[in-house]
Amino acid sequence: MSKPIVATTSLAGCFGCHMSVLDIDERILELIDLVDFDKSPVNDIKKFSRTCDIGLIEGGCCNSENVHVLKDFREHCKILVSVGECAIMGGLPAMRNGIPLRECLEEAYLNGPTVQNNKLKLIPNDPEIPILLDKVYPCHEIVKMDYHLPGCPPRADLIWEALIALVTGGEMKLPYEVVKFD
Amino acid sequence: MNQVVKFTIDGIECMAAQGQYIVDAAKENGIYIPTLCNYPGVKPKGSCRICTVKVNGRMMTACTTPVAENMQIENQDNEIIELRKAIIELLFIEGNHFCPACEKSGNCELQALAYRYTMMVPRFPYTFPQRAVDATNPKLIKDQNRCILCKRCIRAIQDEKGRSIFAYHKRSNKVEIGLDPKIGKGLTDELAQKSVDVCPVGALLIRGRGFEQPIGQRKYDKQAIGSDIENM
Repeated sequence: MSKPIVATTSLAGCFGCHMSVLDIDERILELIDLVDFDKSPVNDIKKFSRTCDIGLIEGGCCNSENVHVLKDFREHCKILVSVGECAIMGGLPAMRNGIPLRECLEEAYLNGPTVQNNKLKLIPNDPEIPILLDKVYPCHEIVKMDYHLPGCPPRADLIWEALIALVTGGEMKLPYEVVKFD
Repeated sequence: MNQVVKFTIDGIECMAAQGQYIVDAAKENGIYIPTLCNYPGVKPKGSCRICTVKVNGRMMTACTTPVAENMQIENQDNEIIELRKAIIELLFIEGNHFCPACEKSGNCELQALAYRYTMMVPRFPYTFPQRAVDATNPKLIKDQNRCILCKRCIRAIQDEKGRSIFAYHKRSNKVEIGLDPKIGKGLTDELAQKSVDVCPVGALLIRGRGFEQPIGQRKYDKQAIGSDIENM
C-alpha cells in the first residue's frame, strides 16, 4: 500500500505553524517514513500532482488568492485540518476586521508614520495583486474543514499526535498542556 | 448553629451547611462547578449560566441556588457539559477574543474554561463586532473587545464613599461597561489593581503593564481551572 500523502500551505499566516511542524524534532524522520509530501512550502512543490489524503492549512483568508488556494486544497485533499489560531479564527490578521478596509490601506500607504516617498498618493491597485477581502475569514467559513488544531502556534506535540492519529486511524491523545490558544 | 444538610453530586454523598449556595457547598466537598460571573465575596448574580447543574432533574444555576436536604445534583451530565461548552463558544464568538495578542492570556478564566472543556473551535460563526478600547483613564485601560459583561467589576469595585466606578452603558447587544470619568480619575493604585484582578478576562488592564509572566509559568498553563478544588 502506498503511503498517505500530505499537502500543506500558509494562507494569511506567518509560517509559525510550519515552524511548529519542524519542532517535532527527530520525529521528522519517522514522519517521512510514514507519509509522502505533495504541494507544500516544505518541499517547494507548487502544484498538486495527485489527490492528497491530508491537507494542513495555516492562516485564514484575507484575499482572493487565499480563497482560491483554500478551495484548491478542498478539491485535492480528503481531509483538511485548520492548523493554528489564524486558520481557526483569523488570528492577528483578523484584528483589522473592526477597521474599514479603506482606512487600513490609507494607514499603510498614505498616512502611516513610516510612509515615505509616496508622492503620488497611490494605493496599490494592479489587477495582478490579489484583491483584499472586506474581512479576514476563518477557513471553516469558506470551505468545510474537518479538524481544528488550536494554538499560536499549535504545540508540535499536538500536530504530531494529530498526524499520527489521522495516518494510523487511532484515537488522538489530548493532554491538558497541548491545547493552548497562544 | 447552622443546620447540616445531606445531598448528592453525581451520586457522591456530600454535606454542607443549610443555605449555602451549591457552588460553595460543592467546593467544600472537593467538587468543582465552573463559574465565570461569580466572584468570592460578591453577591451572586447567575448571569453567565456556566455553573448550570441539574437539581432533581431541573436545570438551575449553582451560584444562586442554596443546597437543601436530599438534593440530587448532576454536574457531569452530558447535557450539562454540552450546554457549558456552548456557552463558552458563544462567549468566544460574541466578542473579539484574540488570545495570542492578549495580555491576560494564560491567566484568563474564559480561556481556562475553554481549555478545561477542550474547545478546538466554536461551532458558531464569528461575529467580529466593532468595539473600541477606552484609554481615557490615567490608570486603567478598558478593552470592550474582550469584555464578557459579567458585571464583576460593577459589583465588586467601589470607592471609599461606596460609589460604583464601573457602570453599564447603552442597551441590548450594544451594551458595554464604562468607567465613571470623574470618580475614575481619582482611582488609587490599589483599587486599579483590584479591578484588574476581579476581571475574569483581559478587558481591564493596568496602563503600561502586560506579558509579565513567561509562557509556561502562568496560572492555567499547566493546571486546569478548578483542579485546585478537585485536588484538595
